[in-house]
Amino acid sequence: MWRMIAWRLPQIAATIVILSLAAYLAIGAMPGDPISLAMMADPRLGAADIERMRALHGLDQPLLARWWAWASGVLRGEFGYSRLFARPAAEILWPALRGSLVLLGAALALAATLGIAAGMLAALRPSWRAPVDALALASQALPAFWLGILLIILFAVTLGWLPAGGTPDAPGMLEAGRFLVLPVATLAIAHLAAYARHTAAAMAEVLRAPWITAARARGAPESRIALNHALPNAAVPLLSILALDAGALVSGALITETVFARPGMGKLLTDAVLGNDHNLALLALLLVAATTLLATLAADLAQRALDPRLAQGR
Amino acid sequence: MTRLRLGLAILLLLTTAAIAAPWVAAWLGVDPDVPDLLARQSGPSAAHPLGTDELGRDILARLLFGARVSLAVGLAAALASTAIGLAAGLLAAWRGGWVDALLMRLADGLLALPALPLLVLLAAMDPAALGLPRGGALTDVLRIVLILAIFGWVGVARLSRAAAISVLARDHVRAARALGVSEARLLRRHVAPALAAPLTVAGSLAVAGAILAESTLSFLGLGIQPPASSWGNMLANAQDLVFSAPMAALWPGLAIAAAVAGAMLVADGLRRGQETP
Repeated sequence: MWRMIAWRLPQIAATIVILSLAAYLAIGAMPGDPISLAMMADPRLGAADIERMRALHGLDQPLLARWWAWASGVLRGEFGYSRLFARPAAEILWPALRGSLVLLGAALALAATLGIAAGMLAALRPSWRAPVDALALASQALPAFWLGILLIILFAVTLGWLPAGGTPDAPGMLEAGRFLVLPVATLAIAHLAAYARHTAAAMAEVLRAPWITAARARGAPESRIALNHALPNAAVPLLSILALDAGALVSGALITETVFARPGMGKLLTDAVLGNDHNLALLALLLVAATTLLATLAADLAQRALDPRLAQGR
Repeated sequence: MTRLRLGLAILLLLTTAAIAAPWVAAWLGVDPDVPDLLARQSGPSAAHPLGTDELGRDILARLLFGARVSLAVGLAAALASTAIGLAAGLLAAWRGGWVDALLMRLADGLLALPALPLLVLLAAMDPAALGLPRGGALTDVLRIVLILAIFGWVGVARLSRAAAISVLARDHVRAARALGVSEARLLRRHVAPALAAPLTVAGSLAVAGAILAESTLSFLGLGIQPPASSWGNMLANAQDLVFSAPMAALWPGLAIAAAVAGAMLVADGLRRGQETP
């Protein structure tokens, strides 16, 4: 296990460095730099002022040199200031990260629980297979933004039970929960399909294994066979999906955050990228990439712990 | 087989509707892009079977012209991703070594990034900065196809690499190579047939993904630009009006869901057909 960690960590570090460079260059190719935006805001700025400001902020340097200056700052723990908010980028990041962790944490926990339950039902009860299949198809085919709009129309506009979006004015867990119901439901439905499909396929495969027949022959009850014998073995492929979703925890859900007007990483990332906020965008992107890569590593390690055959196969 | 047939039927219906769009618009006597401020948000009538939107444009006509965009983008993006992915996967499997390592790390890197914010970043890039012409519905379509292909090739590349490696390692292929069969012929005679089945499944899934991605970008205002219609930008307008005209959100979303479900059913049906029971 340690050998694998020692082998993969440098690879992860190299991937992140290359990604940061690629992202820096892509953002650099966007129309307009911070100074040209300042120019538009203040018509009194002359050509000489523009040149002076470009030089002051290092924007006259080539992109590669700017990336290097930025990267060495990050290594010293200096993430720079956000251009849009005029505050340290890390300070802006925290509230959005908290919002996304709450929203996606709740939605993914719900999606995984319901999805795994539905997948197990489909594998164990043949009559449930067609409905679960249809549910998974619907959950993948419905665009999240449309689902969100439909839920708003039904529960906020027609019935008036829940708020259409935004964040609560009054503090309190109950009020915060009311604002979370619709976005969490939208996201959970969208993520449910992957868990249901993979659980159903993996369970069906495991249930054909000889040791399941042996357990049945010994007279183990079906519930014990499903939960104690089959599920842990079927969980191996599920860990890969969990790892990918761990990345989503941090990258947020742009669509759901947009439709329900909630603060979160998806919107922060997009606003930063579109608003030419290099420092904020890069910090957020790197956080997401690092989380995803580390979660994949963790999933690989957990899969080896659950299924020692994987470690021998290498 | 029922899945495959159902999926193909849905896609065929949508394609027919997309092709017939100009005739339907002419028959109704409406132009999908021209506002009619005297007939804003009218309900269904003989002149406008699905009513009109907030600028008085016929919803049915916009829906049909939107189908052209969505289906064209879906098909073109899927073809482009499959072509790039196939080339990358074959190259990685065939050359191995550092070519393989480089391509696969590139694929890992793309998978580790949050896809949607990056799609947004690429979609917001100024085409003029790259020396491309700006504006026009056709350039919008090409731009989106290109952006989707940049992300879409990864899955196909991994799939074709795995399939090609397994074929190239088989005894009959190694025997053929030992007999002096040319590499091109090896690829054509042995690798290509083994790839056909998984690629058709991956290709139909790519169509579903591309339709969904295009509608998402257009919904966020970065895809097809108004006045040209697309299912995504119709929904963006509809969301602003949920309180006054909730019905406007119904049709475009239903169309997206039908197209995506159709392509997924085709993929599912093809996969089941290929499985040896």
